Amino acid sequence: MARITAGVATSHVPAIGAAFDHGRTGEDYWKPVFDGYDWVKQWEEQEKPDVVILCYNDHASALMLDVVPTFALGCAEEFAPADEGWGPRPVPTVYGHVELAAHLAEQLVLDEFDLTLMNHMDVDHGCTVPLSLMFGQVEEWPCRVIPLAVNVTQFPTPSGNRCWMLGEAIAHAVRSFPEDLNVQIWGTGGMSHQLQGPRAGLINPEFDNAFLDGLIDDTDKLRAITRLEYLRESGSEGIELIMWLIMRAALGKDVEQLHRFYHVPASNTAVGHIVLRPKAAAEG
Amino acid sequence: MRTPRLYPLKDLEDIPGTTVFTAIRSREAYHLHKFCMSLMEPANRQAFKADEHSYLDRFRMSAEQKQAVLERDFNRLIDLGGNIYFLVKLSNTDGWSVQKAVSSMTTMTADEYAAMMRAGGRSPDGNRSIRDGN
Repeated sequence: MARITAGVATSHVPAIGAAFDHGRTGEDYWKPVFDGYDWVKQWEEQEKPDVVILCYNDHASALMLDVVPTFALGCAEEFAPADEGWGPRPVPTVYGHVELAAHLAEQLVLDEFDLTLMNHMDVDHGCTVPLSLMFGQVEEWPCRVIPLAVNVTQFPTPSGNRCWMLGEAIAHAVRSFPEDLNVQIWGTGGMSHQLQGPRAGLINPEFDNAFLDGLIDDTDKLRAITRLEYLRESGSEGIELIMWLIMRAALGKDVEQLHRFYHVPASNTAVGHIVLRPKAAAEG
Repeated sequence: MRTPRLYPLKDLEDIPGTTVFTAIRSREAYHLHKFCMSLMEPANRQAFKADEHSYLDRFRMSAEQKQAVLERDFNRLIDLGGNIYFLVKLSNTDGWSVQKAVSSMTTMTADEYAAMMRAGGRSPDGNRSIRDGN
């Protein structure tokens, strides 16, 4: 039986990808950011996940123009890094897990989540920057990846509570997959940031750290945060944090925090990163 | 079953210096965004750089949208329906960092904005609500 063994969350700032790709990780500005991911890189080498379900948002690279799906599940064999206007990132192709993705597609729709299924999709920095941060510079990603793209751009996004419920349904679906797979779920994006208008540059460390705390011991409070509150408190792009709730919900009631990191800034953004282990892997 | 509405949607317009991207804006900016996404192909970036006016004429954008593209006026492009995730395809094509594109929408220079970010960013205090001034 497949099992979710850990949850990981991280910001997915494009400038982090650019610094990584151009060998600038040791510069004064970037070193504190990348140092925050040293722990997880070693940990991932020991964990050796078979599959990562990677919750991220497409930044108008494959979606959002002609089609605006609320939840889009990547069902293909492979996903190419997107060209976002300066050429594709020089990172490996992302290989999917067709059987588990198809199983998720069935089970989640049966559980009344009306997913969009993507049989072809390029993946942008939202997906590939977290992979670089967790696995470093590699010839091939060390696991299969099922991208789950969430609309966090066009209002109304799914609510935080809806994301939570989707995470719970993903946990059930993974548990009912017969093959023995070590599955991680990642929530990406955030933390506080705003990339538009005269209020651009907003950072709210108090909100961000309360959110990180809440992932451990007050998830009901996080589920109740409204879209308006995210926009006001964490900036117009801070609402990406709803994707962390998919990850957190998939871990069950109680979790142990293995690692936590917070740093301001990376470009326009507050960087947050947390690694969580479910306390009762077989619960529910 | 109807989900309770926790606040009036007009509250989305109460956040200072912020435009919430909605379905109607998405439609208004459709052709502008189609232009932006066309810049994901190297040949199109080259054609745009070679002759911006005639490249823009391939798209059914409004005259105001075309003018704002030519002026790289990102605040205006957002007024005209645009969303930053599309618009950065344009600034990426120009070789700008996302931070430079974002800073151009504030009252600061790119250097002043970068310094503000290094110092911890813009405080939410006074920036949450126009109505409440907090």
